[in-house]
Amino acid sequence: MKTTEDIFEILKTNFGESILELISTQPIEKYIRINNFEIDKVCLFLKDNEDLLFDNLMNLSGVDDANGKKTLSANGTQIISGGTLSVFYHIESTKYRHKLVLKTSAEREKPDIASVSKIWRHANWHEREAFDLLGINFLNHPDLRRILMPYDWEAGFPLRKDYENPEFYLGMKVPY
Amino acid sequence: MSLLDKQFSDDNIVITKVDDLLNWSRLSSLWQVGFGLACCAIEMMATSASHYDFDRFGVIPRPSPRQSDVIIISGTVTLKMATRIKRLYEQMPDPKYVISMGSCSNCGGPYWEHGYHVLKGVDRVIPVDVYVPGCPPRPEALLEGLLKLQEKIRNESLVKKNS
Repeated sequence: MKTTEDIFEILKTNFGESILELISTQPIEKYIRINNFEIDKVCLFLKDNEDLLFDNLMNLSGVDDANGKKTLSANGTQIISGGTLSVFYHIESTKYRHKLVLKTSAEREKPDIASVSKIWRHANWHEREAFDLLGINFLNHPDLRRILMPYDWEAGFPLRKDYENPEFYLGMKVPY
Repeated sequence: MSLLDKQFSDDNIVITKVDDLLNWSRLSSLWQVGFGLACCAIEMMATSASHYDFDRFGVIPRPSPRQSDVIIISGTVTLKMATRIKRLYEQMPDPKYVISMGSCSNCGGPYWEHGYHVLKGVDRVIPVDVYVPGCPPRPEALLEGLLKLQEKIRNESLVKKNS
């Protein structure tokens, strides 16, 4: 059983610059920030290293940090430019019973993050969900399609903070 | 005496009107499409089960819309599902009836404002005969809705326009 601090040290000696920082602000759980193009290599290490053995991805979720520049468009809607979109990974070792939270961020204008679906197979659908609702582009994902919204949904990504719902979808009025 | 005055006195002969006979046979065997959407579907299944016993009104789930008379929209209608519901409804033979069960399919329910994926009322895609309020409605409420639908069918006529 290892603490987040121990794992941070192990990762820092193995990956150096790719491991950005350890965030430990109360009261939220401690988490480690990782470079968005190196996350797959770090995760493979976490899964295969004999002292860590993170064999279970408990959750993978996308977040819109909404930390960019906020401006109002002509019709009064909010537009966010710059800032980041993030993905959180909650992983667990069923053998050693330790847990870890990872975070990786990508630019809002070009949200590319390396896929971990080859490492934990169920990450496949979680990443499709993050793509569907936030538009995060997972590199090397085998089947990056929408999973919840209709395949022909063209109005954008609904969980982004500056999303605007369309007036009509296939001739059906959407607003109340 | 005419035949109408002694309609029960002769053996095995009952005199009635064609309208009444057709309406009675229609309302006594309303087969519903075997179709559920969300938590309302759990209540609908409870209504079909032995305690509330939908079958005593002649309602049985039929796994094909082509042999069904009524469709119970039991739950949240997402935009993705709305196109499928319209197709199911169009596959049903006339005369066909729609019961909208629960707040979600009546008007969008708790998703009315921020539900980017929810159709705000199933009546935007298909015509609804009976709205059953509730979130979800209790089985008694669904039974009441069915009785209202039966009442509606009982007053139909082959020649008169529906009131």
